Amino acid sequence: MIQVENLSKFYGSVQAVSGLSFEVKKGEVLGFLGPNGAGKTTTMKMLTCYLPPSSGRATIFGFDIMKDSMEVRKRTGYLPEKSPLYTDMRVGEYLAFVARLRGVPGDRISSSVEMSVEACGLGSVFVKSIGHLSKGFQQRVGIAQAIIHDPELLILDEPTIGLDPKQIIDIRRLITNLGRDRTVILSSHILPEVNQVCGRVIILDRGRLVAVDTPDNLREKLRKFQVTFVVAASSGGGASTQDILGGIGGVTGVRETAREKGASTYRIESVPDRDLRNEIAVRLVSAGVPLLELRSEEMSLEDIFIQLVTEEKN
Amino acid sequence: MRKFLAIYSRELRYYFRSITAYAVISIFLVLSGYFFFSIFRFYNILSLQAIKNNDFSGNLNLVDGVMRPVMGNISVILLILLPLLTMRLIAEEKKQGTFELLLTFPVSDPAVVAGKYLSALTVYAVMLAATLLYPVLLMVFADPEIPPVLSGYLGLFLMGASFIAIGTFFSSLTSNQMIAGVSTFGVSLLFLIIGWAAPLAGPVMSAVLSELSFLVHFESFSKGVIDTKDITYYLLLTGFFIFLTLRSLESARWRS
Repeated sequence: MIQVENLSKFYGSVQAVSGLSFEVKKGEVLGFLGPNGAGKTTTMKMLTCYLPPSSGRATIFGFDIMKDSMEVRKRTGYLPEKSPLYTDMRVGEYLAFVARLRGVPGDRISSSVEMSVEACGLGSVFVKSIGHLSKGFQQRVGIAQAIIHDPELLILDEPTIGLDPKQIIDIRRLITNLGRDRTVILSSHILPEVNQVCGRVIILDRGRLVAVDTPDNLREKLRKFQVTFVVAASSGGGASTQDILGGIGGVTGVRETAREKGASTYRIESVPDRDLRNEIAVRLVSAGVPLLELRSEEMSLEDIFIQLVTEEKN
Repeated sequence: MRKFLAIYSRELRYYFRSITAYAVISIFLVLSGYFFFSIFRFYNILSLQAIKNNDFSGNLNLVDGVMRPVMGNISVILLILLPLLTMRLIAEEKKQGTFELLLTFPVSDPAVVAGKYLSALTVYAVMLAATLLYPVLLMVFADPEIPPVLSGYLGLFLMGASFIAIGTFFSSLTSNQMIAGVSTFGVSLLFLIIGWAAPLAGPVMSAVLSELSFLVHFESFSKGVIDTKDITYYLLLTGFFIFLTLRSLESARWRS
């Protein structure tokens, strides 16, 4: 549905986005992930027809973002970073205003305002002035204006920034709901968020695409080693426990990370794609070391992200 | 057209909901009322003296004696107040970031500019209409000539329309309202007084300078002469700055 080919953007001599190519399928929730200044916002500004690309092309629903920009705009909803709103207007009034500008037919304006107020839970603040709302409600108004014309594509730039934890959960749930029957692109530098909400992730760094895949696949592909934590009773012979663990085939490193109340915690690094928990348990128990806890650790998106971004730099 | 109306009515509501419109209109009325009062009072004394003094050869009539000086003063008040009305039009939205969102809506630039320009023009029309009280007062107590008053008002309206176009343009150039306001004031003042340099210049340049002047073109309106040349001048100037505004919006996208 969205095809981006070799998209680049220069601000003067600074290259914000370089040679970006990707595709988005209908109904997908795609996350842009990257540190500040990675080109997430610039890419979104180009896709929403606000900024013209310096080179390359992008089509959305088959319409070129430059040549048929009005067609693209009609079908796209956009929430810019920091959700700029007319603070002097009331919520209902503002949504009706946006509906008119988005080209919703006159007889359907009130029903589409109702729909988006319903979807974003704005009923209680409908007649309030936007400037008097809390940041969380303002963010919802921002999302409400983006979905007012029931767009097929929703582009949200850092939709949860500056919100408190409860509001973040609310907004994420809202985005997940909206993503059921729409294509959504959102940007974030909060990794768990992308992990929860997005079906696919594009990792950007300094204007370039570093990786694109599902969060699970990214984890799988980039896993260099498996980490397992073991907590065992330290019966005086702590060193011998370490030796037992080190002797297991596939283990590449063992480190005691904590010792308290007669229990020691060991961090075991081993080759990927092999679950050693079974063998660790059997070995320890047969050696007479009481096993208190055993768990393998998933590599988080954070680890992947940091790994990718630092690999890039080297 | 619907989109233009949406923007126009939003802008108009902004002016009247925030105190902007009321502040500008009331200050305008206080100042123009003060000028009307003092000029009328002066005319009053002058005419009393003319009655006592049989040799008085001056030409006393309400249009030349009251309305023309009042309108001349109004044009100076407009010079100061209209930039305050127009400086926010685009600059404020740029600062708040709402302009970015507005430009991603399926709305053409001309609809945005027309909505904003005409909303300021409407506020101006309201405040100018309020000053019609002065000639009405004159009509109650005396018998002024009506046509020159009406043509004078047409002239003032056209002049204000040009000021507002200049203001819209400068507001589109920056996200700083102060800079937009000051530039509008400076350029408008220049257009107002550029004719003063005419006597100093050579024959060709002198004609150019005086033809560029707001005051020279306003002169004939206030005398009761409606010349297509003067109407064309104001309309061209207004159109020119609106055109520049559209160019500035377009280039802002390319430059950024």
